[in-house]
Amino acid sequence: MTTTTVKPGAGGTLRKRLWRPFRKSPTFASGFVLVVIIVLVSIVGPWLTQIDPEYMDFVSILQPPTAAHPFGTDEFGRDILSRTVAGSRISLIVGASVTGITLVLGLVLGLISGFYARVDAVLMRVMDMLMAFPAILLAIGVMSVLGPRLENVIAALSIVYAPRSVRIVRAQVIATKQNEYVDAARALGASDARVLGRHIAMNSFAPLVVQETFIFAYAIIAEATLSFLGAGVPAGIPSWGNIISDGRAFLETSPWMIMAPGALLAITVLGVNLLGDGLRDLIDPRMRS
Amino acid sequence: MTTYILRRLVAFVPTMFGISFLVFLMLYFVPGDPAQMILGVDATPAAVQALQVSMGLDQPFVPRLLGWYGRAVQGDFGRSYYLNRSVVEAIAERVPVTLQLTGIGLIIAILIGVPAGIIASVRQNTWIDALVMGGAMLGLALPGFLLGLLLIFFVALPTGWFPTGGYVPLFQDPLGNLRSLALPGLSLGLAQGALIARMTRSSMLEVLRLDYVRTARAKGLHEQIIINRHVLANSLIPIITVIGIVAGVLLGGAIAIETVFTLPGVGRLVISAVKRRDYPLIQGVILFITFSYLAVNLVVDLLYMMVNPRVRYS
Repeated sequence: MTTTTVKPGAGGTLRKRLWRPFRKSPTFASGFVLVVIIVLVSIVGPWLTQIDPEYMDFVSILQPPTAAHPFGTDEFGRDILSRTVAGSRISLIVGASVTGITLVLGLVLGLISGFYARVDAVLMRVMDMLMAFPAILLAIGVMSVLGPRLENVIAALSIVYAPRSVRIVRAQVIATKQNEYVDAARALGASDARVLGRHIAMNSFAPLVVQETFIFAYAIIAEATLSFLGAGVPAGIPSWGNIISDGRAFLETSPWMIMAPGALLAITVLGVNLLGDGLRDLIDPRMRS
Repeated sequence: MTTYILRRLVAFVPTMFGISFLVFLMLYFVPGDPAQMILGVDATPAAVQALQVSMGLDQPFVPRLLGWYGRAVQGDFGRSYYLNRSVVEAIAERVPVTLQLTGIGLIIAILIGVPAGIIASVRQNTWIDALVMGGAMLGLALPGFLLGLLLIFFVALPTGWFPTGGYVPLFQDPLGNLRSLALPGLSLGLAQGALIARMTRSSMLEVLRLDYVRTARAKGLHEQIIINRHVLANSLIPIITVIGIVAGVLLGGAIAIETVFTLPGVGRLVISAVKRRDYPLIQGVILFITFSYLAVNLVVDLLYMMVNPRVRYS
């Protein structure tokens, strides 16, 4: 990830080069730290909390924060902390999967669309149509067809956000293919695949990576919103949206039910957005202040 | 100008046709049978079949689609399965709520975003800039539904100034109406205000470093005039673009906000329609929202022409 931000020819040892983005962009550095913290929480958290997020302890329902339950319990006596920690896994899985799928779709469809005008006409009409209504509405529609499962949330959000990465790559390809070195490669007898893969794809990668960090953040927010509306991950599974949805009914008396998942959701999105902002500044020197 | 608007409106038609086809196709493959859902699990197969026939659900795909298109072009979008009224009536009744909510959300977003962005750009790299941009970053990190719940808990419940939910019609009680929409509007608009602030700031900064701004300063123009007349006026295009995007996002965001504040708007209508497999209503609402979305885009393009005489559409 960091290597894409290093200018070619920039000298120094490997360690120096890896440190450069952190020194140059405090935004990138702070985003990176937040994201690492959340990833650590999701990996070692369940092992630290030691409470099954599904375990219902009916003698301690709706308890305010105590030593045993630092973030309280819900209406079934389930531990909010361990549920929130479990939720971080779901959010990161959704974010990472949607990012990965839209990255591949963006590269493949964007390269083809930008390179072959005939495919472009058809593909862009489809993308326009997908973008002709609000993201969350499209996601709700797709979920109603596919049914409430985690895989389907990932599929729905990939459909919703893929047009954005396709457009970014396409625009970049159309700009790059005018360059003389592309003509030169052609004159030397390079095939379409070689021109696309070696000479054009590399140039679209940097803006795509920036776009993908924002898609990561959108996907996490969208999954939480879908689950909150009852159109996402099946109820009962501890995703942040579901935990907050459960807590909504007890907001007045047991506000702790929404505080931990809400805070972690905000911190995650903040971290990813900072990372994306930092990356953009590092890649585009014009934006540096 | 008029021909341009007319041509754009005509271009809505194929998009709407395409989208209704897609929705129709999707609904055709949705698991679950509306007739069975209406009658419940205890219904006899014969009763379910009879209802399917009367609802036209026994028909193959193409006749159903053509029949729907035929009625839709006459303004008849069918009847809701559950609400016992026509789809057009059901939507029309809820449009004012959503329209008002998104309108207030948009106004809040602009009122927060544009001034904040201007101040941050004029005071670039000072603590004011850092404060505004940090605030914008936080605003972007709070999803609307979460902000809504936090506002209910930290503002509505302790002060009692605002209701925690429900809608008061405008003509019944204007002040109560405003109170019932203040917190929902803020929940909807804050994150988008953050987006507008970021775009305003970067757009202003681009213009601030141009030569004619230096010229204006050199000839001794008052800073206020430079900012308003030279810088802001020339930064408007990207700002209007992002406001247009925001207006579209608000239409979608309203779905979650209406749920949090139990407002009887189009967003909650679509959620309940999807949950009950109310096909005619789903079709109608999605088409309505798509139309609003396209209309917003058209208005944005018209605004471009107004702020920038160089932009002319042929």
